[in-house]
Amino acid sequence: MNQIPALIRVFAYLSILTVGGGMAAFPEMKILTVEAHKWLTFPQLIHLYSVGQMAPGPNMMMIVAIGQWAGGFLGALIVLIAFFGPTAVLAFIVARGWKKLEKWPWRTSIQQGLAPVSIGLLLAGCFTMAKGAVTGVETAAIAVGVLLILLQYKVNPALLVLAGAVLGVFSFMPK
Amino acid sequence: MSDAALPPPVEALPVAPVTAQVSIGQIFLEFLIIGATSFGGVVPYLRGSLVTRNHWVDDKEFVEMLSISQSLPGLNATNMAVLVGEKLRGAMGSIAAIIGICLPGAVLMYIVGIFYRIHGDHVWITAALKGVAAAAVGLILSTVVSMSKKSLSGKFDFVFIALTVIAVNRLHLGVPRTLVAVGLLAILFHRPGKQQKESGSQ
Repeated sequence: MNQIPALIRVFAYLSILTVGGGMAAFPEMKILTVEAHKWLTFPQLIHLYSVGQMAPGPNMMMIVAIGQWAGGFLGALIVLIAFFGPTAVLAFIVARGWKKLEKWPWRTSIQQGLAPVSIGLLLAGCFTMAKGAVTGVETAAIAVGVLLILLQYKVNPALLVLAGAVLGVFSFMPK
Repeated sequence: MSDAALPPPVEALPVAPVTAQVSIGQIFLEFLIIGATSFGGVVPYLRGSLVTRNHWVDDKEFVEMLSISQSLPGLNATNMAVLVGEKLRGAMGSIAAIIGICLPGAVLMYIVGIFYRIHGDHVWITAALKGVAAAAVGLILSTVVSMSKKSLSGKFDFVFIALTVIAVNRLHLGVPRTLVAVGLLAILFHRPGKQQKESGSQ
């Protein structure tokens, strides 16, 4: 019944996959938290991730809720440390060494090469999520609407996600 | 490299960004405020606080740190916290900054998680969350578009984007194998000496 070791393993592993953003780890997060460990269902994962977009701060804080469900307060704390610790240590090491690498010609190559891959991972995560979140004409219209508004105008994205909630209540409430 | 306490005299800017030593408490408080107020994306709030208000980093340094944050695994927000904290006060600065920026959102999502577990199956919450999830998909897609505009260095990069998506979603190779395989391919494609538009190559 003790989920703590599994939580550490899963979230430390997911941590190093977040190249370009938290969404890059989403497909793997679905496999591990939903299918392998059954800490929550796929719709629940999508809901938590989406609600997390309205919270301030780093946008993967929904992991705290997964940790809390699987292991209580300790679970939440452990998940935070496991998910943010490894990449924080890496960033710290790189922060100290990066200046020395300024002349290293491969530095630009790595940055230029990882850019399209991280965009691809973001898109792949988005498709994984869309399979569960975009299920009909109405949800597709909301997704496309938000996309077009964000491309056209300078709106705070958190407000649009909130607007999605209002639209959801009007569109999907059983009559 | 234990000179983190000194402001590194990289280019001897006359602006003198960091005047006095910033305290660990100040770092924690500033990142706590960012963590509590940055609705809808952390980067503009980081810039407003660190560059405009506190002059802890200058604009050029901010852009440089952001580009490092984006190439490393980890979220931009937490990587930036570590980098800025390190610059100001070394390891303790990094720890104060990352805890500060994470704490408000973590507490909020802890409460939301408990609430959702109890009330998540109410009809109106289910309906609202369906709309929220759809909106989040649109938000991620807009991030894909804006990142593509900003950080790609050529048309051919779209091939790497497509390869990555196919590897993860169609071939189910998993994120790590995809990252290594397509990442190596893309880095080799952008190998040194092949950069035409970059000024400082060899």
